[in-house]
Amino acid sequence: MVSQPPLLHESHVVLALIPLFPFVGFLINAFFGRRLSKAVSGGIACLAMIGSFAASAVAVWQMVGQPGPVRAVTDNVYQWIASGDLQIDFALRVDPLASVMILVITGIGSLIHIYSTAYMHEESDSEYARYFSYLNLFAAFMLVLVLGTTFPVLFVGWEGVGLCSYLLIGFWHRKQSAIDAGKKAFVVNRIGDFAFILGMLLLWTTFGTLDFQNLAAQVASLPPEAGFGVISIATLLLFIGATGKSAQIPLYVWLPDAMEGPTPVSALIHAATMVTAGVYMIGRNAELFSHAPDTLLIVAIVGGVTALMAGTIGLVQNDIKRVLAYSTVSQLGYMFLAMGMGAYAAGIFHLYTHAFFKALLFLGSGAVIHALAGEQDIRNMGGLKKALPITYWTFLIGAIAIAGVPGLAGFFSKDEILWRTFASGHWILWTIGVLTSLLTATYMFRLVFLTFHGERRHAAPAPAHPEEEEPTADAGAHAAAAHQASGATAHRHDAHAAHGHGGAGSHLHDAPAAMAAALIVLAIGSVVAGYVGVPAALGGNNWIEHYLHPSFVAHGVGGEHRETDRSSSYASPHSAGPEAPHSVGPEAQAPSGATSAHDAGSGSGHAEEIALERTLMLVSSIVAIVGIGLAWYFFIRRRAAADAVAASAAPLYRLLLHKYYVDEAYDLVIVQPIKRLSAGLLWKGVDAGLIDGAVNGTGAFVGAGSSVLRRWQTGSVRVYAASVFVGVVTVLGYYVWRY
Amino acid sequence: MITLNHYLVLSAILFTIGTAGVFLRRNIITVLLSIEIMLNAVNLTFVAAGRQFAAVDGQIIVFFVMTVAAAEAAVGLALVIALFRHRESLNPDAFTSLKW
Amino acid sequence: MALETILFYVLGTLAVGSSLLVIGQRNPVYSVMLLIASFAALAGIYVLLDAPFTAVTQIIVYAGAIMVLFLFVVMLLNVGQEDAAEYDRSHPFNRPFVRRFGALLGIVFVAELAWAVWHVSTRQPAAIAAAAPGSVSSVREIGRVLFTDYAFPFEATSLLILVALVGAVVLARQDAE
Repeated sequence: MVSQPPLLHESHVVLALIPLFPFVGFLINAFFGRRLSKAVSGGIACLAMIGSFAASAVAVWQMVGQPGPVRAVTDNVYQWIASGDLQIDFALRVDPLASVMILVITGIGSLIHIYSTAYMHEESDSEYARYFSYLNLFAAFMLVLVLGTTFPVLFVGWEGVGLCSYLLIGFWHRKQSAIDAGKKAFVVNRIGDFAFILGMLLLWTTFGTLDFQNLAAQVASLPPEAGFGVISIATLLLFIGATGKSAQIPLYVWLPDAMEGPTPVSALIHAATMVTAGVYMIGRNAELFSHAPDTLLIVAIVGGVTALMAGTIGLVQNDIKRVLAYSTVSQLGYMFLAMGMGAYAAGIFHLYTHAFFKALLFLGSGAVIHALAGEQDIRNMGGLKKALPITYWTFLIGAIAIAGVPGLAGFFSKDEILWRTFASGHWILWTIGVLTSLLTATYMFRLVFLTFHGERRHAAPAPAHPEEEEPTADAGAHAAAAHQASGATAHRHDAHAAHGHGGAGSHLHDAPAAMAAALIVLAIGSVVAGYVGVPAALGGNNWIEHYLHPSFVAHGVGGEHRETDRSSSYASPHSAGPEAPHSVGPEAQAPSGATSAHDAGSGSGHAEEIALERTLMLVSSIVAIVGIGLAWYFFIRRRAAADAVAASAAPLYRLLLHKYYVDEAYDLVIVQPIKRLSAGLLWKGVDAGLIDGAVNGTGAFVGAGSSVLRRWQTGSVRVYAASVFVGVVTVLGYYVWRY
Repeated sequence: MITLNHYLVLSAILFTIGTAGVFLRRNIITVLLSIEIMLNAVNLTFVAAGRQFAAVDGQIIVFFVMTVAAAEAAVGLALVIALFRHRESLNPDAFTSLKW
Repeated sequence: MALETILFYVLGTLAVGSSLLVIGQRNPVYSVMLLIASFAALAGIYVLLDAPFTAVTQIIVYAGAIMVLFLFVVMLLNVGQEDAAEYDRSHPFNRPFVRRFGALLGIVFVAELAWAVWHVSTRQPAAIAAAAPGSVSSVREIGRVLFTDYAFPFEATSLLILVALVGAVVLARQDAE
């Protein structure tokens, strides 16, 4: 048995308030929302989030005031499970990693709530309240997820956000495509969750604990696994769960369909928070993953390939939200790439900056959709630059940030990831990252130029009927993908179309005050948020790396901690082959505080390293500019050239447009066989045959039996008397026999 | 010397006669009479056994059996009257409405 | 002792003979009268068994009340001779298998009874002793036991008689016209 690391036992009540405020908001809006006016229900929801943000700030303040190196505040709310060896408390803990997460969730969450008060204003009162109740519930669960100290508590939040995601994606539940998308999201997430549970169970049986601190302490004393052992299997299972939640290959297929939900939902859930749960989970278990180098490599490869693949798909999509969805998948790939390289802080850093500009982009697209009364196809847009100035300029800032132009947030975080990848020697993955960067810049600016520049077009083909009211025959989660296959060009109107805003461009107004305020705050964030992580190569001190570092290492009993964070393991770049797995021995450094090897330079290799890093920064900056230039050429200068390229490579274009036919493949290989099995075997065979057969058979048996037995009722009294007599003789015979 | 056996044999004979009467007669009233014969046979057994074991319980039981037999005869005969009103017959085989 | 033996055999023969005739008569009135004779014989046997109270009760209740009731009903219904043949053809008892089975059953029954009696005799060889007259059979003793040990059945029996009374009245009542 491993003795437990010392936890801080004072109870910090403010921690419980962080998820409690939005939960109370959910309760109020769920039970009373129908009777409340929009101002009240929206106000309650926003106040709950702002209150949660205030509580988070207080908690972070308390945490920062703790003496180092283990800085955390804990609150043991109540004892949840006490069953033999299994003792799980519902305990919350704010450490540096959690502090970043809660500030992002509550801060950006508050902005999105405020934005939603204007965006959803055309809904009825009860629908408005329902929306906000779900949104608050989501925030509560997400906060539980990031604050939990044990796997089960994390999993409660994990499942809860999945549920809220389903509820919110299918918010306009009269639309068949929305319902299907919600179901698809839930089912695909569930597959990931199954792997997650298996991983948890494996960890429990191997280590006897599910507490993060205890696990890390136990694992830290072991050497990293040489082959594919228990830790690797467990972490791989956890990672599969993360691919479901964070939309990586192979379980990313739900995220683009999730755009059926209202745009603020896409911003909050599918850009800023829920999808980052997988990244957070790996960061939380950094010690565990560091001891499973094979799994980390798989994580990195999956992240890189997903980033590239999503980037290629996003290049040709025509729905404004879909482009952003694939962009999210792609950026998540970057984060997983970082995690796979052991650069946990870099991954979280990118998570943090990405939350800003992706939320900004989604909210901006929402403002466009709002102004155009539900139009989402970018081929029908254009010329909005003058009509929607605030929207345009904030959107542009977001696009520049995500493209990685130096000076804005995205540059620092993305560059950190690329640098770490290169420095670990994974040149192929680095190349993939750079290519994805190019694609990111290109498709993002394609989006900007087509949406805002030029003149208003109506180039999209006539859509299929947008409101799919009639339920399809087998309304499985696949129906949404079937719509995709029939042409990604079909419109996805959200409910704004139903509220007559006026048709083609006659009545365009920029974002209302609430929406504009959120956009502007996020735009400012997209610019300045990255400055917490200015790397040493540019003269900064990479503050965020140092801040987050204690969260990624285990803390032993005596306060001494082991350095197993891979990010600090290279004093000089490896020259081994690009894909060779790295064996990381735990370097027992003097417990003088975590320092990144960046700054604890040993002298000789340090200047070279800085030069190399600067060179790589230059490369990625050039790539970003080239991408923007390509987009400018194809979509401002010569539009016809874009169409010509598409026509000349028509099969490739079609392949990308149909998202590599992945949904169709899944349907063919997985969904249809399961449906056939269910209908043929389980339904007709087991349910109708066996179970109904048993029940009906019992009835038939009773009927048949009674039709035989009723002949006993001859109606003759003497026969009945004879029956009694036979009984008497039998009883007498029994006594005779016995005695 | 009259032993308990004698009384038991007598009782058995009477009981058998009663049983035979229940099955062989086709007049309901005679059937009821046969039942009374059976009950009397049982009474005899009880009294004889009570005498054998010097217990007064035998006669007590006989007391109760007689009471119940009286009640049963009353109700049974009332039933017979009601049945007779329906079918004008006292043959038990005439009443087969409860046949399946 | 000899008197007891003689009386036993005489009264026993009387009882058995009357009973046989009861089930053999066609006229129900004759059956009733013969049964009264059988009861009288049994009452005599009860006296032999030192149970005078039971004997008197037998005469009063059985012969005096129940049989009179039977007689009332027989007279009331005025059926006369029994008609046999009408329902015979389809009756289940008329099948040969059933008759054979019934005969077998009867033989088995008698055999069981005989065995039971024989069994009792091998276990209880002692003759019936003449107990002190007062201890067992006095009315005082019966009354005492009846109202103490058997008080509950006594009261329950009164309820039973009430139910029978009501039942008989209801069942035999003609529907109001």
